[in-house]
Amino acid sequence: MIEVKDIEKSFGESKVLKGISTTFESGKTNLIIGRSGSGKTVMLKTLLGIHAPDAGTISFDGRIYGELTPDEKRALRTEIGMVFQGSALFDSMTVEQNVAFPLRMFTNKKTKDISTRVNEVLDRVNLKDANRKFPNEISGGMQKRVAIARAIVNNPKYLFCDEPNSGLDPETSIVIDELVQEITKEYNITTVINTHDMNSVLQIGEKIVFLKNGIKEWEGNNEEILETRNKSIVEFVYSSDLFKKVRESLLAEEEENHNHNHNNDKKA
Amino acid sequence: MIKALNQIGRYFLMLKEVFNKPTKWVVMKPLIFKEVDDLIVGSMGIVAFISFFIGGVVAIQTALNLTNPLIPKSLIAFATRQSVILEFAPTFISIIMAGRAGSYITSSIGTMRVTEQIDALEVMGVNSLNYLVFPKIIAFLLYPFVISISMFLGILGGWFAGVYGGFISNDEFIGGIQREFIPFHIFYAFFKTFLFGFILATVPSFHGFYMKGGALEVGKASTTAFVWTSVAVILVNYIITTLLLS
Repeated sequence: MIEVKDIEKSFGESKVLKGISTTFESGKTNLIIGRSGSGKTVMLKTLLGIHAPDAGTISFDGRIYGELTPDEKRALRTEIGMVFQGSALFDSMTVEQNVAFPLRMFTNKKTKDISTRVNEVLDRVNLKDANRKFPNEISGGMQKRVAIARAIVNNPKYLFCDEPNSGLDPETSIVIDELVQEITKEYNITTVINTHDMNSVLQIGEKIVFLKNGIKEWEGNNEEILETRNKSIVEFVYSSDLFKKVRESLLAEEEENHNHNHNNDKKA
Repeated sequence: MIKALNQIGRYFLMLKEVFNKPTKWVVMKPLIFKEVDDLIVGSMGIVAFISFFIGGVVAIQTALNLTNPLIPKSLIAFATRQSVILEFAPTFISIIMAGRAGSYITSSIGTMRVTEQIDALEVMGVNSLNYLVFPKIIAFLLYPFVISISMFLGILGGWFAGVYGGFISNDEFIGGIQREFIPFHIFYAFFKTFLFGFILATVPSFHGFYMKGGALEVGKASTTAFVWTSVAVILVNYIITTLLLS
């Protein structure tokens, strides 16, 4: 579990995170959502230790990140898997070498054992026959799968994903979402996903934190998000044409039912 | 001025971090071999080409300017040897390397920065500066080997242009390159070559590692790295020459 307490972060005069507190539970897919510029990327990078918070604490299963020694921080980072927005695969390495990298770097496993584990996770993300290919020789969806495989190969306790669906077609996005959720359950990982994709929100949002202008505006899950009357959330959820139309048809249906019931009452 | 001092300070802090928390040898070894191949072996062609022809031009220029019949022709070989060993091979080739290897280093590290590959290393708990810069510094320990090849080919180019151009006989040239030889000059040349190698590995790395922005900025960072690497080479050359030869 990751606990965030009153974290603040500024860049010069601009205050990006304004006292955010929340918890991200293990075995659940936790989503940070919000419009562009709401502070979700800064939030994720602060959780990862790329940015140090100006105030507040972040604790990983009781270990407060800011109080750890550099060696302890490095050790903690080996427990973290990260899927970057652009996959961030190492260009000069093959798919197999990319996935094997954390094992070669942080374990003393033999080459044969590393190879076995790499094939195991590549199978897990449904990626076969791509071991010897370079990142620029595979599709965006495959790159995301490799990034997920690299993130989970060393059995992390925490998995962070920065907009894992960006640049992917809707069908592949669903596959990636399902994969992340399955892996989260399977390995009991604390997964934190930064996204503004409403399909992901509704599909895998077991815990959702909605940020607006650096403030936690709302939190809940994928069922509650459709029922909330929080104005900012409603505007965010129904900002796309598709969801707007769905909402209009739902409202029309609701009104029709209401009128129908009203007429029946009158007749009765 | 403050900005320049800030950058210099950052550069030395970067060097401290490069030698901090070394990467596992099993991972580092192939990286070093790759850098040796990319930076040293890959540069040999252009270094050999430039060295041979510049050596030839130095010999021709010297020959054409020696109009006094009292000055022995062996001076052509002497001047070629001195200019090649003292300045041309270590300094001029380092400027060429700042363009060739320096741009490669800045653009490759800069691209890793832009595509979040460096962030990926950091998040995994890897000392990214050690992982990326240290193999380049080790590879550049072989830089004196490149410069010794350059010295040899520069003098060979001078011999070829001088003898086959009809400016000097073979015996005069051989006599000339042995004339008034001071072994300390070799030490001076290789000492500064080591320093230039260190500059060539670290200054472009600094510009690539700390660059901000996108693809356009990678190009700008490469240009800036070339300029500052050249400036550093020229300044260090001046300081070392003043200290060792004055």
